[in-house]
Amino acid sequence: MIASALSSANLFGLCGASLAGFGLFIVIIHASLLRRIVGFNLLGAGIFLVFGAIARRGAAAGFDGDPVPQAMVITGIVVAFSATALSVALLLRLFGLTGRAAFDAPPADASRQDET
Amino acid sequence: MTLGLDLTLIAGLLALALHVVIVRDDRNAVVAFVAFGLLLGLAWVRLYSVDVALTEAAIGGGVTGVLLLRTEALIRPASAAPTASRRSGGALAAIACVLLAGGLAIAVLSFPNPAPTLAPEAAEALGRTGLGNPVTAVLLAYRSLDTLLEKIVLIIALVGLWSLAPETLWGGAPELHPTAIPEPLVYLARVLPPFGVLIAVYEFWVGADAPGGTFQAGTILAAMYLLVLKAGLRPAPEVKRTALRVLVAGGPALFLAVGFLGFLMADGFLSFPDGAAKPLIVGIEAALTLSIAGILSLLVAGPPSKAPAP
Amino acid sequence: MTYIMDGFTLICVSAGTLLFLAGTLGLLRFPDTLSRLHALSKADNLGLGLIVIGLLPQATSVTGALKLVCVWLLAQLSAATASQLIAGVVFRGKPPPK
Repeated sequence: MIASALSSANLFGLCGASLAGFGLFIVIIHASLLRRIVGFNLLGAGIFLVFGAIARRGAAAGFDGDPVPQAMVITGIVVAFSATALSVALLLRLFGLTGRAAFDAPPADASRQDET
Repeated sequence: MTLGLDLTLIAGLLALALHVVIVRDDRNAVVAFVAFGLLLGLAWVRLYSVDVALTEAAIGGGVTGVLLLRTEALIRPASAAPTASRRSGGALAAIACVLLAGGLAIAVLSFPNPAPTLAPEAAEALGRTGLGNPVTAVLLAYRSLDTLLEKIVLIIALVGLWSLAPETLWGGAPELHPTAIPEPLVYLARVLPPFGVLIAVYEFWVGADAPGGTFQAGTILAAMYLLVLKAGLRPAPEVKRTALRVLVAGGPALFLAVGFLGFLMADGFLSFPDGAAKPLIVGIEAALTLSIAGILSLLVAGPPSKAPAP
Repeated sequence: MTYIMDGFTLICVSAGTLLFLAGTLGLLRFPDTLSRLHALSKADNLGLGLIVIGLLPQATSVTGALKLVCVWLLAQLSAATASQLIAGVVFRGKPPPK
């Protein structure tokens, strides 16, 4: 039971769960938008690792892993990259228009102008 | 023995993720993320998913890293201004994330035994496709609709990215290389792309029977093209050029055409006629590899920043 | 015979790993960017070369062995270029990208 609990599929699945937690924390807590994009990628990587654990556990019929979750993860990685590229373009446009790259709390001093 | 290797990899992954959470500097976080992507590729090898490992190392570690590093350099003036780097509500967010991670962990530990799997069905139908790599068979034969729709998503993302340029610049060329290009980069851009193209073609061809395939090969081609653009050896292409648009849309268009051909020659949409499955699949893969290379390199290049020539 | 091959692999891979460790130590302890680059590029290239040489007896075919050598050459090429680029930025006085 301990041996099966420590199998590589389980270990990487648990690692994926922790990474998902870390990624979501970064998305919620950081003000910098670029850091949030990195956190979104970490969240995705964690979920994909859970898929990988499922794929590894489905090893049968001479394959070392179930090919269907693997194909879904490949699709997911590519789509996550396209989402990252679009988010980065949005971030650069926001920076070009307003000069800000983070969600700020409203400034306390009145001398700062609100540029939108 | 392998338990030690697994634990070391996982410790590295978690340490890098924690570093991205804590560190103040954005550039530090992006570099840690690139290293994380490479370690993640190794983790996928440990899970015996070599195709996924290749894709993660290429896209997750490589292309995403290029994108994020370039963006961090461009928005560095904004980070110089003093702003709050954390928002309030940290404790609540931490509790929510611990609940999420805990829920996923419980799900992982309570996976059913024996594990349900589609491997026997995949193996049994593999002979009719003529392929040897089951993941390629899933991507291009069993779940080909997913791959087709994913291509369309990539094109939509690209059009969305182009639409972020100001109105007057629509159709122009993106700006990639700095005004002063360092010599070693030019040298690398002359020496590496021939080998890169060779490796990409090999990876595409061998993907039918061994780990490899269109996404990995397309990413390598995109990386070589980006290298050439970055070194200024070729000017960035204008986005309104017909040849570029044909390249980008050609792969999915061919995929759709073969799909509709399935109505005439086989059972329905996207079903391949017996015996002609492998040539059709390889043909679709070739067109898709070129399209993916074009789309990925244009996604990294960004929206147009120069007005198009009249 | 396989014992000799395995022993050769173990010795070379261990030596390569020690070199990587030495390079990482240099990365952490040296005072400025240029000396860190020096430590990294020398130790990493030689370390990777030793690991590749050590893995050559374990390759299952000649093409597999050639692929390993190609990996080493490509890694050298890209690492050398990256070091030159970073050193160029440091030399011109701007903060390095890494």
